[in-house]
Amino acid sequence: MTRPTPHQNTFPARNIGAWLLLAWAGLLILPWYKVEGGFFSFGWLADFAAHGPAVLRGLHDAPWLLPLALPLLAATWLWARRRTAGLAVAGGIALVWMAVEGLAIIHSGWGFGWLAALAGTKGPVQPGMGWGAVIYALSMLMLVAADFAGRGWCKGDRFVIGSLLIVIATLVIFVAYPLLSILSSAVRDNSGNFAPALFTQKLFDANIWSLDCLIGGNRCGVAWNTLFVAVLVGVLATALGLALALIALRTQIRAKWLLRGLSILPIITPPFVIGLALILLFGRAGMVTEFLSHHFGIPRSRWIYGVAGITMAQVLAFTPIAFLVLVGVLQGVSPSMEEASQTLRASRWRTFRTVTWPLIRPGLASAFLISFIESMADFANPLVIGGNYNVLSTDIFFAVVGAAHDQGRAAVLAIVLLVFTLAAFLIQRQWIGKRSYVTVGGKGDGGTPAPLPGGLRIGAYGIAVPWLVLTVVVYAIILIGGFVNQIGRDNTPTLQYFLTAFSVEKGVGGWFLSGSAWPSLTMTMTLALVSMPFTAAIGLLTAYLLDRQRFAGRALFEFLAMMSFAIPGTVVGISYILAFNVPPIQMTGTGLIIIISFVFRNMPVAIRAGLANLGQIDKSLDEASLTLGARSFATLRRVMLPLMKPAIVTAMIYSFVRAMTAVSAVIFLATGRFNLATVYIVGRADVGEYGIAIVYAAVMIVLMMIVLVGIQFFVGERSLGRRREGVDAMPIAA
Amino acid sequence: MNHTTGAMIGAIPAVRFEAVTKRYGQVVAVDHVGFDIAPGTLVTLLGPSGCGKTTTLRLIAGLEQASDGRILIDGTDVTALSAAERDVSMVFQSYALFPHMDVMENVSYGLRAMGLKKADAAARAAEKLALVGLSGYEKRQPSELSGGQQQRVAVARAIVLEPKVLLFDEPLSNLDAKLRRRVRDEIRGLQQDLSLTVVYVTHDQEEALAVSDRIIVMRSARVAQDGTPRELYNAPASRFVADFMGDANLLEATVGEHHSETAKVSVGPLSLDLPHRGIAPGPAALAVRPHSVRLTAGSAGRGGIEGQVTKAAYLGDHMEYMVATVSPKTEIFATAADVNRPHAVGADVAVHLDPESIVLVGND
Ligand SMILES: Nc1ncnc2c1ncn2[C@@H]1O[C@H](COP(=O)(O)OP(=O)(O)O)[C@@H](O)[C@H]1O
Ligand SMILES: [Mg+2]
Repeated sequence: MTRPTPHQNTFPARNIGAWLLLAWAGLLILPWYKVEGGFFSFGWLADFAAHGPAVLRGLHDAPWLLPLALPLLAATWLWARRRTAGLAVAGGIALVWMAVEGLAIIHSGWGFGWLAALAGTKGPVQPGMGWGAVIYALSMLMLVAADFAGRGWCKGDRFVIGSLLIVIATLVIFVAYPLLSILSSAVRDNSGNFAPALFTQKLFDANIWSLDCLIGGNRCGVAWNTLFVAVLVGVLATALGLALALIALRTQIRAKWLLRGLSILPIITPPFVIGLALILLFGRAGMVTEFLSHHFGIPRSRWIYGVAGITMAQVLAFTPIAFLVLVGVLQGVSPSMEEASQTLRASRWRTFRTVTWPLIRPGLASAFLISFIESMADFANPLVIGGNYNVLSTDIFFAVVGAAHDQGRAAVLAIVLLVFTLAAFLIQRQWIGKRSYVTVGGKGDGGTPAPLPGGLRIGAYGIAVPWLVLTVVVYAIILIGGFVNQIGRDNTPTLQYFLTAFSVEKGVGGWFLSGSAWPSLTMTMTLALVSMPFTAAIGLLTAYLLDRQRFAGRALFEFLAMMSFAIPGTVVGISYILAFNVPPIQMTGTGLIIIISFVFRNMPVAIRAGLANLGQIDKSLDEASLTLGARSFATLRRVMLPLMKPAIVTAMIYSFVRAMTAVSAVIFLATGRFNLATVYIVGRADVGEYGIAIVYAAVMIVLMMIVLVGIQFFVGERSLGRRREGVDAMPIAA
Repeated sequence: MNHTTGAMIGAIPAVRFEAVTKRYGQVVAVDHVGFDIAPGTLVTLLGPSGCGKTTTLRLIAGLEQASDGRILIDGTDVTALSAAERDVSMVFQSYALFPHMDVMENVSYGLRAMGLKKADAAARAAEKLALVGLSGYEKRQPSELSGGQQQRVAVARAIVLEPKVLLFDEPLSNLDAKLRRRVRDEIRGLQQDLSLTVVYVTHDQEEALAVSDRIIVMRSARVAQDGTPRELYNAPASRFVADFMGDANLLEATVGEHHSETAKVSVGPLSLDLPHRGIAPGPAALAVRPHSVRLTAGSAGRGGIEGQVTKAAYLGDHMEYMVATVSPKTEIFATAADVNRPHAVGADVAVHLDPESIVLVGND
């Protein structure tokens, strides 16, 4: 029996032909520019000349599009000669030219100030790119892949190279390009002129860096404010996380419910909800405040609005994340090491101090840095409970939405914030990652972990129990707070808020959703559902490339892919506004930009789920499939995908839930038409309508809980069955 | 390399390596390795852990791409081809059975990947399952099979495509000691019945001697020696091979002038006439197998080396001794069949070497 003829030696004529055909279609038939009213309304067919394809527009009013035909002609010529060598040059030239003309000529004329100065005119104009451009660019990318494969890259596997190029291209467009847009607007004034002096002035602004508060002045710069809270939250959340992890794994409690509950909470809770609950407890009219002033005559005050409130809310919100990191680390400490120490006559305390502690120390640093990043990136809690205490993320927001509308300042603040979080991210990966001795999820080799020394156990309970109580109270407030008139003051039950938000009425045409929350809830669910499969697909594909393929620049690729984890949502929001408000890629005000922000915000979660799952699939399985004649795509489809079901399910659920609860990035992108649940809730809270905000938040939490628990129950137990650990061990960050 | 055996004259080798090198960054895992493998033979890659056996095997399979050199399979240059495109199958150390497929689906996987209809694929897969004695197990999941059965499924899956070359990477390592000999014989039987070309990796010299038509001994990424089991055992090309092929004692010796086929070789007080095997006069080593060392009580007379027993172990059917000698200063490991009158620890003994079973090896 002989196998099909090797393909390196044969020219993949059909495949390349198909991409060429698509590229020609993109150039000759499809509307090159963005169609007002949407492509699928097909209005462009009626007005073919105005919304026409690149060639028509090129001959008519956009001559810079005509050169795009040249590389395509060259590629077609190569195809006719059955050659792949050279396709990369043709495709590369086409893509570079698209980028150049797209950035140089925008809706308002020349895209660069110096071009306008050079030409002395306002310059030609063009709208954002449309489907023709997208299809043309994608086809060109695939031609580049065919050339690389022909040269034997990635073992000559066109599928692998093609996927790699697509993932890189999307990362460049939706992660790197927006970040560069921030830089570019930071060095310009508000009318778009290059102004480096203004940049330095803004960067070293006293509002950001002042240390007045140390020497008796009334406030410090916003950067110091943010840093201070982040360090505080990092330390507290790590300490609490450690206490909880020790209790969960090293005491008799070994509470499964504790683990379960704490791993679910941060995912299902919209970030600002805890801030809201704290206001209802400790605010001027809060329950506890009422109680204290009524019974003990302690005067009401606004202490909670500010650094105290932000810190409390964030510690409550991020302790579960630190906990999950530390549980993973603690589970990785093999009990046999502790047993070895005990057989060497070390006391329990000595064992903990000399064996366990050094082993988990890198994990502690990790937990600290992750909480630190989360705190810096948190936008919603400072917004609802921050009072006059400014932090970077809220300042960025107010710089663009406020009366000031200073994009340059927003950009500078975003850069400062980004530098902080990326630095923490870098330290966490490069330094601690390499110093860590424990492999998370490593093989357990039996044995029982050493119980905690007595003093330590008491200490752990001492800090964990109050925190747990507060957490329970917070969630109770959220769940019931919306169903009483005014919690604390007037506890008569009412459905008033619930009905305002979620009533369903019978009207002329039948039942309809009349509650004020319905539009935003259905819109959020729609967008989250649409983003879900894309997030899972691109995340898992990336995980597959990272785990199973070797290629030059892999480390850089991994870094880029995971980096979006450390980009605060506010920075993403402002960067998307700056990058996608104007051609060449114009998307603001659409649902698409929200979906894309969901996809790239949540991609690292899918990557992690994929990596955890792939790590448990023996590499020799794919190799066996390869030696049996199945190529990488067939192997992926027939062997890997069925085995990656747990990761697929996990990635889908988590991306859905995270999309539902996201606020920081999308608050910049949501519009009247594309209003989102979280944005709506924050808006209600902002104007003091806590009843509706709380009811809505409670509904969201319950909804998310049902989704998570339901899916775990129905899909999880059965098909996730054997590979449970991979799913549970996945660290989650809100 | 002149190892051409009778069977290979005129025939195209099933596998040919021409100065193949594989580098991982700074690490050279396979260094200018060359060999031919005749069709229908079982050839073993043998060597200590880390010497590059698995890498060599994976290079044949196409799971690694050579950094340098050429690989030919059945006369065709396959150096640039990927695993899916080579007519080679592999039985993995972990068996690598697809856990989400039953036995039948596993075995027919390659046929289905080739585009065969399900029924045709099943028929041919059933044939191979019968060959490995697993008819009736079609619907089992891999997790419902014993280790030995899993391995047979892996073998059936690998031979279903009737590959030009079948590769085994340490196939016995996941089996318990009792099963090993049986599975080893089964593999050899199957190979001979179907005239398969098999490349077999192991680090166990006994296993290699038992199954192979030829053995390629590897040492730090290079071929140390390539020959039949008998050649390797009786005429090791180097101290390393002699040691690796059977725990030989290596005694420092000096080779004197050559007289046609033989040379005078002096070791300690002894002077022996031995085939020089092309080893130049000067320092060399004598490889002496433990079972060809004879110990006699009392001090050495003529033809013996003086020594003192430092360890003695009773192993039921034989004794094992360690003898310290002064000239040459070394420790000699010896076995003796006589278990009834053992030498005591501390006793003076004379060590006698049987010239018939001593091999002279060069210093390397
Ligand atoms: N993927 C790899 N990356 C780097 N080094 C490797 C890799 N695979 C093998 N090596 C190195 O190549 C050498 C040979 O390995 P291998 O072929 O597995 O040895 P063997 O199978 O003989 O034990 C070893 O030193 C090993 O560390
Ligand atoms: Mg090996």
